Amino acid sequence: MNSYALIPEWVSISTLAMLALAILLAMFRLMKGPTLPDRIVALDLIAALCMCFAIAYAISSSEVRYLDIAAIVALVAFIGTVAYATYLKKKYL
Amino acid sequence: MKSYIIQLAASRLLPVTLILSLLVFYRGHNEPGGGFIGGLMASAGFIFYAMAFDTQEARKKLKINPLTLMVLGLVTAVTSTIPALFAGNPFFTGEWISINLAFAGTLKLGTPLLFDLGVYLTVWGIMLMIIFNIMEE
Repeated sequence: MNSYALIPEWVSISTLAMLALAILLAMFRLMKGPTLPDRIVALDLIAALCMCFAIAYAISSSEVRYLDIAAIVALVAFIGTVAYATYLKKKYL
Repeated sequence: MKSYIIQLAASRLLPVTLILSLLVFYRGHNEPGGGFIGGLMASAGFIFYAMAFDTQEARKKLKINPLTLMVLGLVTAVTSTIPALFAGNPFFTGEWISINLAFAGTLKLGTPLLFDLGVYLTVWGIMLMIIFNIMEE
């Protein structure tokens, strides 16, 4: 899988599996979340975990282009969170 | 919403977003990226600016009407079809020229790049027009 011998294969595979599990747990919180702020935080967490997944996959497949995905998601994802926060502030204040 | 932290972040992040969107736009022909996603990123920077300050402030920062931007993009996309007609090829054929730069290798320019620039400007303008109109309601 990886051409560099720096990281053993089982490390990258288990990292990806744990990140996928974390995304599933965040999805569970997104569906179940009792209040709206819980769901918004869960969405933000999913965006951060997708970023981590892209970085981990870039390392495990030694493909540089996935790092750009992580940079772009990092730059754009929090705008959605800010928009949700603005909506909440308008609704409750 | 008047938060000083978000205002500072928005005014600092706007040039970064624009530069990254131009990067994504330029390499879009052979690698992931392209005009559509570049235009979306460029508009995301301005949308964040409008959320931090005000839509009027963002329009002032943009300096050009989003509708004008959209029309400019459509005109650019139509212009990219014309060189194929002069070269005797069918409509919409991609025409390429290579410019030999002395130190930086060769620069390949062509009508697909011009068409992508049109898509970039159109997406940028229409996203800003929709979002600004929604935020001003």
